[in-house]
Amino acid sequence: MPIFNYAAREITCKIVYYGPGRSGKTSSLQAIYAKIPAGRRGTMYSLATQGDLTLFFDYLPLELGRISGYLTRFQLYTVPGQPQYAQTRRLVLHGADGIVFVADSQLARMEENLDSLRDMHEALLVHGVDPRSVPLVFHYNKQDLPEPLVARPAELDAVLNFRGMPSFPGDALRGRGVFEALRAVSVQVLRRFAEPAHPRI
Amino acid sequence: MLDGRYRFDNFVVGASNRLAVSAARSVAESPGSSYNPLFFYSESGLGKTHLLAAIGYHACKLRPDLRVEYLAVDELVDRLNVAVELGQAERFAQRFADVHVLLLDDVQALAGRAETQSELLRLFNALQQAGRQMVMASDRPPQEIADVDRRLLTRMAGGLIVDIGPPEYETRVAILRAKCAERGLVFGSGVLEELARVPSRNVRELQGWLNRLVAQQSLSAVPLEPVDVRALVARSRGSTPVANEFDSFVREIASVVSQSVDRWRARLAEFVARWAGEGIRTAYLERFLEAKEPPDLDKLEADFVSAVRRLQWLEREAARLDPKLAGLEVFRDPERLDEAEGVVQRAMAAFDPPPAPNSDLDVESLVAGGANQLALKAAAEVIAFPGERYNPLYIYGPRGCGKTHLAHAIGNALRARGGGVSTVACVTASAMTEEVIIALQEDGLERWRMRYRAADALVIDDVHELAGKERTQDELFHLFNAMLRDGKQVVLTADAPPGELFDIATRLRTRFEGGLVVEMGRVSEAERTAHRTPVPEGAEAAAPTIDFWDDALDVVPEEKVQFAPLLVDREKLIVDWGAMDGRVVEELR
Repeated sequence: MPIFNYAAREITCKIVYYGPGRSGKTSSLQAIYAKIPAGRRGTMYSLATQGDLTLFFDYLPLELGRISGYLTRFQLYTVPGQPQYAQTRRLVLHGADGIVFVADSQLARMEENLDSLRDMHEALLVHGVDPRSVPLVFHYNKQDLPEPLVARPAELDAVLNFRGMPSFPGDALRGRGVFEALRAVSVQVLRRFAEPAHPRI
Repeated sequence: MLDGRYRFDNFVVGASNRLAVSAARSVAESPGSSYNPLFFYSESGLGKTHLLAAIGYHACKLRPDLRVEYLAVDELVDRLNVAVELGQAERFAQRFADVHVLLLDDVQALAGRAETQSELLRLFNALQQAGRQMVMASDRPPQEIADVDRRLLTRMAGGLIVDIGPPEYETRVAILRAKCAERGLVFGSGVLEELARVPSRNVRELQGWLNRLVAQQSLSAVPLEPVDVRALVARSRGSTPVANEFDSFVREIASVVSQSVDRWRARLAEFVARWAGEGIRTAYLERFLEAKEPPDLDKLEADFVSAVRRLQWLEREAARLDPKLAGLEVFRDPERLDEAEGVVQRAMAAFDPPPAPNSDLDVESLVAGGANQLALKAAAEVIAFPGERYNPLYIYGPRGCGKTHLAHAIGNALRARGGGVSTVACVTASAMTEEVIIALQEDGLERWRMRYRAADALVIDDVHELAGKERTQDELFHLFNAMLRDGKQVVLTADAPPGELFDIATRLRTRFEGGLVVEMGRVSEAERTAHRTPVPEGAEAAAPTIDFWDDALDVVPEEKVQFAPLLVDREKLIVDWGAMDGRVVEELR
């Protein structure tokens, strides 16, 4: 499915929120959902959830209306973070145009962040996509927690963001940094269109 | 207002106003002939007055002899009041009766002004009858103007109503750049683009923001940057610069999309979206969206609009002829224009057919003789093979030779034979001229054309009477070409061969010669008498019927036919055919 569908005059971007379990991916989508004006708000789907864990995925369609004659829509997905759902993550990642990696800023979760990042790279390679070619931004969630418990953004950058991608500290429960991350990845995705080759995952 | 400050070339065109500008240009270029009246409506500050003035300026520039009048309804009311007080109401009406283009602004002010409405209705009727152009502008569509006479409303809505929407981001940027260029202002990179992101309800508000920016720049020692624009807007609105996150996100995306999509694709996509929104099928345009290279957008859009207008006209005609035909899908698809034309042509043939041949005149009642045998034989060929053998069949001869009878007889025979010929248009050239004049008076020329094009065959008697009737000749030229292109039979009669027709355009005369030109003389009294003499039982073969002349032509000994070529070229051969006492022009193609 191409991003720009000239025939249908549609632009569709698939953004996947990736990260370890309980890092705040669903909270990010809920924060975005809460800020969409009521008249333009679609339905947010949370498929197969148990308690506050995502067992399959969340899906939030975002209709931005007609821009330059094109009906522009974003499809935001989350993946289940728990290690045992690797297959589901790969499926959700398929066809993604950009990724928001939601890292848990707690120092105690650093290893899980790294595992999830490695898992994401593997999933991309399984799809035959060079991870370096995919628009990616980091959202360092839970920065509102007490300082001794969380790593600072610079520390998180040093551990996770070795490619120097845009990163945004924030607090998904209160919506801080969520739109900044979405905006940054969206701009990257759309700008890639101008490049001669823009493979999708 | 019409001094040239407001022109088309300083009006920024975007998706929100493209249709309005296109209609305005069309009206300025040919007042009274396209959209009449033309009615613009929009919120204030979106360019209605600019467009009105631009129409006036452009129309006067093209035709300095035109009298163009611009006024707002309030002004009209004042003038009317003064005229009534001075007892000169009649002069008031006369003054406007001479106007070629009347540009009326703020039409919403008519609400509740019964006397002005009544005067305007009279003026409306007078101007429309004289084919004069009216253009009106209002802040709402006609049907939403309260307390207005229904008759006036109907007239206001009788032409084209176009709304002008608020400018979208790209148009706002273009407007700001144009204003800066006009005033010689220069801003740093991204400043105007940031200002264009500020939601503005209209162009005046946008201009207000630009003025504030200019003032701010004059107080600043360093060039303004985009961030300063956000701060300025926030200060002016008494809020912190933190905008609605979702709106800000959408603006950012819009900006990136507009940079990512080729400008031509964006323009075409907007054009497609607009027409698709009006229920018109746009598959044809959408194919261009997938092309690698940009098409000629101006032409593509103009052709599409022209096809849509044609479809709209056809649908109105179809509905007039048969209300059941209104709303057919074919009238929504510019790619099916030919099909739509066919629907209306068939409806025309069924409900509003062209004049038919006189049913009393048939081939059998014609007396065959030496002077008309060639014409009769040619007629028989045409009846047997309409549109195939001799097209056109041109019969000429003196008055009273029976060519009118023969022409009508051919028409009747064609109708009777069927085989795809059901409607035969049969008219004298002078009647056709009269029809064209009436059609011009009633703005019904297109309908007239369709009536004739709907016919399966065309018979025109006495084409020499078209001498000097240039417009009718022009119409016949196009009708003739259309008939021949569609393989439809054309039969013409005249008092002279094409080459000797006086004051008939060469392009018509040469076309008349393109089929078979055959002379027809008067049948001798002896032949008439023989025709009236009862034929004895068992001696039918002796009667001078068409069959007889067919046989006669076949059996004329070759040596008796004295071919004396008068002209031989690549297209035809003209010979004196002594044995038949006539001249034959034979098509060689």
